[in-house]
Amino acid sequence: MTEPSFVTAEGVHRVLPGPVPVTLVREIALSIGAGEFVVVTGPSGSGKSSLLYLLGLLDRPTQGEILIEGRPTRALSRDAAAALRLASIGFVFQFHFLLPEFSALENVMLPMRRLGTLEGAAMETRGRDLLATLEMADYADRRPDQLSGGQRQRVAIARALANAPKLVLADEPTGNLDSRNAEQVFAILAGLAKAGRAVVAVTHNLDLAAMASRQITLLDGRIVEDVRTH
Amino acid sequence: MPLTLEIALTHIRERLRQTVLSVLGVMTGVGFAVAMAALMQGSQEDFIRRIIDATPHITVRDDFRAVPWQPADAVYGTSAVGLSSVKPKEELRGIRNPQPKLALLAALPGVAVAPTLRGPVVLRFGGRDVAVSLLGIEPKAEVRVSKLAHDIREGSLNDLYTTANGIIIGSGLARKLGAGLGDSVSLSSSAGTIRLAKVVAIVHSGVVAIDDATAYARLKVVQVLLDRPNVINEIRLRLDDVNGARALAQRIERRLGYRTESWEEINENVLEVFQIRNIIIYTVVGGILVVAAFGIFNIVSTIVFEKTRDIAILKSLGFTEADVRAIFVSEGFLIGSFGTALGWGLGYALCRLLGSIEIKVGTFAEQTGLPVTYDWRHYAIAAACALTAAGLAGYLPARRAGRLDPVAIIRGAA
Ligand SMILES: Nc1ncnc2c1ncn2[C@@H]1O[C@H](COP(=O)(O)OP(=O)(O)OP(=O)(O)O)[C@@H](O)[C@H]1O
Ligand SMILES: [Mg+2]
Repeated sequence: MTEPSFVTAEGVHRVLPGPVPVTLVREIALSIGAGEFVVVTGPSGSGKSSLLYLLGLLDRPTQGEILIEGRPTRALSRDAAAALRLASIGFVFQFHFLLPEFSALENVMLPMRRLGTLEGAAMETRGRDLLATLEMADYADRRPDQLSGGQRQRVAIARALANAPKLVLADEPTGNLDSRNAEQVFAILAGLAKAGRAVVAVTHNLDLAAMASRQITLLDGRIVEDVRTH
Repeated sequence: MPLTLEIALTHIRERLRQTVLSVLGVMTGVGFAVAMAALMQGSQEDFIRRIIDATPHITVRDDFRAVPWQPADAVYGTSAVGLSSVKPKEELRGIRNPQPKLALLAALPGVAVAPTLRGPVVLRFGGRDVAVSLLGIEPKAEVRVSKLAHDIREGSLNDLYTTANGIIIGSGLARKLGAGLGDSVSLSSSAGTIRLAKVVAIVHSGVVAIDDATAYARLKVVQVLLDRPNVINEIRLRLDDVNGARALAQRIERRLGYRTESWEEINENVLEVFQIRNIIIYTVVGGILVVAAFGIFNIVSTIVFEKTRDIAILKSLGFTEADVRAIFVSEGFLIGSFGTALGWGLGYALCRLLGSIEIKVGTFAEQTGLPVTYDWRHYAIAAACALTAAGLAGYLPARRAGRLDPVAIIRGAA
């Protein structure tokens, strides 16, 4: 609670315009600080993914404000939002979403190369280290099609961590994994939170949700429950 | 290597066959653009060289640009009284008493001068009549202003001095008449004079219109034949500095009053034809490049379509619209650059090939290769056009790629 909030949502609504407007999320008020491991649950279609896209500045609220480290983001240009995402936010999706032509290591290095703060050799070292912490050291030079689903997901997590983001957003990162792999991935996410990052993960799996420090439940685009477990 | 360029390379490497086709399209466009430009400039320069070589640089004619001044003007001048239907004073055309004028021109530095009296005559030999333009010349002066002496294939120019009523005929004319060296042809003019003349030389300039319908005789002979004693109707000048012809022609015209034309002015319509030909051929080459651009547009569009997921990933990672655009614009440029490089090679090879093609001209079967000019600017212009087209063809799909909404794609893929 005493941790300063990294990302804050204030009265966020997101409505898809159209002949029949669709409300994705409504009245979202939320604050997530460093070191928190938040799990978002809720039935299918309740707006979990939509919430993550908003928190990661990939989408914009129709109403309300998302603040990153206390700064409002409504007025940010798309490029400025992209820059924030590059340096401070890591996304992991249900499907691994790796670039198929690049090796595991090259995929992990993509955000570093775009950010450009590290030298080539330092980038490679960091990429290999990240892969090693995810037990992927031996697969660094393989292309995604030579990896299993769980391995690809770990590469995707490594890539999300490439620029040491303060916020990691994972949308059903274990959706395609067996329970052993899924548990491993959640253990990794929990470790990231312990290391001081803010982590938000969507899951349907209540066993995994129990590993989080905070559990948010969505229903029909609304937060119906927000409990801290430990 | 910049990351965007590296990603672009992986994309086009993956679609090798289509990439190769697009590259070949650009190569063809650039190659033909270079070859056509080389050939056109080559033939244009060759033409100008021939003109400069074969024709006088400046011609003074017995003619005036403005309507001749009429005595009535002296009376009324530019008063309020307008005179219409003034019957002009009849004048026999011709430059009379030309000696002082010739001397004046000959005194100019770097200038050689030759007088000519030109008139239509009918040449008859073996029952065949051919209307020709007969030029009365001074062989000694002539050698200094024209290639006539050099173009003589049989006989000699100086035989005009040694043979009374000697005549030189064009090679095409000789063939038409069936006349050869030493044959006597009859000349008849509109003045009613008929003369027999002996062929002392046959000349071949390579210009069909001249070789088919021109004959040369001594000035005095022609003056008698046409009944224009002490009159000439053309003064031809050859300059050391060809490029000064236009300015000098204007000076001479102001001085002498006669219409004085430089070689550029005389050949203006031919040079205009060259311009039109240039436009036509550049349009065709432009068409080839447009087709090549469509090929690039097609391949880049296809890649954008296939790579929407990757585009969404990159954007979710924090790549900007400009980054994504750069990837696909680079793809257009990469194809354009490969095509341009190969096209340069093709263009150069075509130039070598065209330059080595032997074509037969005229009856004397001269062997000449097509005139080709090598100029780095042809390569630069072709490359600039190809790269602009490629950039544009890549930019349109790239702009669309940059604007893709990652959320919609990620949702769609999930
Ligand atoms: N482009 C769209 N057009 C119409 N409705 C949409 C669109 N995108 C999302 N929705 C709707 O918005 C709601 C929220 O979607 P969202 O993907 O956030 O749900 P979710 O909780 O992530 O579901 P799941 O658990 O199945 O992934 C759903 O009812 C969905 O049908
Ligand atoms: Mg979802």
